[in-house]
Amino acid sequence: MLFFENLLLAFSSLLTNKMRSLLTMLGIIIGIGSVIAIVTVGNALTNSITSEMSDMGANNIVIGVQQRETEDEVDESGKRYGGKINARDMTDNDLIKKEYIEELLAAFPEEIKGISIESVLGTAKVEKGRNYANVRITGVTPGYFMANNIKMQYGNELSDKAYMEGKSVCLVSDHFVNNMYDGDSSKAIGRDIEIEMSGGRKYFVFTIVGVYKYESQGFDMTATKDVTTPVYIPIKNAIKKNHAKGFPSITIITAKGVDSDDFAFRVKNFMNRYYHNNRQYTISTFSLAQMVESMTTMLGTVSTAISIVAAISLVVGGIGVMNIMLVSISERTREIGTRKALGATNGSIRTQFIMEAIVLCLVGGILGILVGLAGGAAGAKALGYEASPTASSIIAALIFSMVVGVFFGYYPANKAAKMNPIDALRYE
Amino acid sequence: MKRKKKNQEIIIEDISNTAPDLVSGEPVGFETSEKSERISTNTAPDLVSGDDNIVIDMKHIIKRYFIGQPNELEVLHGVDMQVRRGEFVAIVGQSGSGKSTLMNVIGALDRPTEGEYTLDGVDMFNAKDKDLSAIRCKKIGFVFQTYNLVARTSALKNVELPMLYAGLSGRARSRKAKELLEMVDMTERMHHQPDELSGGQKQRVAIARAMANDPAIILADEPTGALDSHTGRLIMDIFHRLHEEQGKTIILITHSPELASECTRILTLKDGLFIDEKKGSGRNAVL
Ligand SMILES: Nc1ncnc2c1ncn2[C@@H]1O[C@H](COP(=O)(O)OP(=O)(O)OP(=O)(O)O)[C@@H](O)[C@H]1O
Ligand SMILES: [Mg+2]
Repeated sequence: MLFFENLLLAFSSLLTNKMRSLLTMLGIIIGIGSVIAIVTVGNALTNSITSEMSDMGANNIVIGVQQRETEDEVDESGKRYGGKINARDMTDNDLIKKEYIEELLAAFPEEIKGISIESVLGTAKVEKGRNYANVRITGVTPGYFMANNIKMQYGNELSDKAYMEGKSVCLVSDHFVNNMYDGDSSKAIGRDIEIEMSGGRKYFVFTIVGVYKYESQGFDMTATKDVTTPVYIPIKNAIKKNHAKGFPSITIITAKGVDSDDFAFRVKNFMNRYYHNNRQYTISTFSLAQMVESMTTMLGTVSTAISIVAAISLVVGGIGVMNIMLVSISERTREIGTRKALGATNGSIRTQFIMEAIVLCLVGGILGILVGLAGGAAGAKALGYEASPTASSIIAALIFSMVVGVFFGYYPANKAAKMNPIDALRYE
Repeated sequence: MKRKKKNQEIIIEDISNTAPDLVSGEPVGFETSEKSERISTNTAPDLVSGDDNIVIDMKHIIKRYFIGQPNELEVLHGVDMQVRRGEFVAIVGQSGSGKSTLMNVIGALDRPTEGEYTLDGVDMFNAKDKDLSAIRCKKIGFVFQTYNLVARTSALKNVELPMLYAGLSGRARSRKAKELLEMVDMTERMHHQPDELSGGQKQRVAIARAMANDPAIILADEPTGALDSHTGRLIMDIFHRLHEEQGKTIILITHSPELASECTRILTLKDGLFIDEKKGSGRNAVL
């Protein structure tokens, strides 16, 4: 009963000095807000990585050409290369060649389920009347669609024959269809698209056989209409045109039941046989599991840093609360004296002011949660993920702000409680 | 006379202070012997010791400030005072004579440095802080010169405060508070906050609040001091009504000889000692 009275009292004194209360709560708001925001964003990120992992299966292994860390190299002119800064440009000799890939597939027929390679031909603007679409012509292997979880929406996939013979057929995105054919996929099938590469010296024609669903890749600032979407063609066709001698990276899809971490290591050793004598470049492998792990570690570091900032602002906020409570108590000294004259015990005065500090912190905490949720949602959206706040973090924030209230409210409240009634009444 | 002795220093002072007392039965004063002879308060009430009807029983109350410091100041020099149930006592005296100091000791807001004090059968000198809170809550009703209503709190809630601290339920508090506000004719204004009330209205609310827990005694320190004579009259009439109709024991400090004379007994304090006691006329010549 006294609890309820104290609660009302605390709210009324909070409302009496709205501006002062708000400024006092700022530290708490920032502290709690940043914790909630980071938890929301972090959680969104983790969720989307996890779902991505289950989408693609955690069994993709990226094999890439990477600079060696330490070795130095002196070329004919006596110029030194080495480290990361002075790296010699990658030449055709450094790339992963077709023969390497064939030998790799032969060496691990059981473990490798598919292979995903892309080779970009270039970007272009396809125009027809007033319609236009930005495209990137990309040669791919059949495994590409599995590795990147790309789904067909209309028509046929690229056929085996098309892959084998390197035919001039292509898949376009639903976005492309929206721009060029008013969203009617049936109109697109069978059409030829004429592509003039930048510079205008190269001119290609591809026949559309299917439409795939385009998933935007995270953060994209381009106006929706202008977004560049891939046009997929058989890789053989692309190589015919760009004469690629190899690839800087390829992705293999492992079969079910293969330990991708362990297999990544074996693949790395296998591939590095070709790079024994290469002093500047080497092969490194990366499994999605490893990527998730390093992402989580990074996220953990960021969270820790933000938590420290939050803790500091909570302490500063708490000190602000303590300060304002001391001010409030000295302003209300006569009231304290009066209450004591009317029979308030030290305990009830103490409870009254601790309650006031708790309410101050709790309201700050709630505002902080709202700010944090809004910020977290905005942050997650900007990164292209679904915001997912956790109930546990909200409850923890509420409890934490109460604890701050009790901790920093106790000293002022105790000071008020211990006032001599007559001194308090005579206070001017 | 039994004394509580706090430390060696005080004992020494005590002896020198009390010696004449033991002989003459009269307290030491700064007054001439001629004036001292008129003091009857300090001896006469002894006759009624142990009487159930005694609400306040003070013996040789000493109050010092700045104890142990060079500017140590003794404000009350050994006051004896008895008040019986149903009395309406006026305390008068010059400014600075120690009236408020005495009132604060009576009301358990302050502790005497030395002396014996029993309020409604409770030994106040040895009471703990918590006990004093309970006594202030249930046995004493204060009315201050400056009203001391709690700001931003309605008249009704102000009157409810002592009952809140006494642990009454919300409904009981509200019912009793409305009754009390009705009694002081403040029903219409019960939802107003102190800053929306006139001085006289505030004081009426304060009186209602003082009555909240049906205290054994009401202490009023210059309740009309900040009011014009007409409003002061109104307030004084309320005290008379409480005294006559409800038989309340009231102690009133006032600078108005007229108001003092309406009480049943008038005590005059001078330089920390009672120097005079007179019977008052009573408003309707009750006693
Ligand atoms: N807390 C205190 N500390 C030091 N001295 C005090 C304190 N309270 C009162 N005094 C002193 O005690 C003396 C009596 O003060 P008190 O307030 O009791 O006078 P009073 O009779 O009520 O006067 P008034 O009629 O003006 O209200 C004064 O000299 C005052 O300075
Ligand atoms: Mg006074």
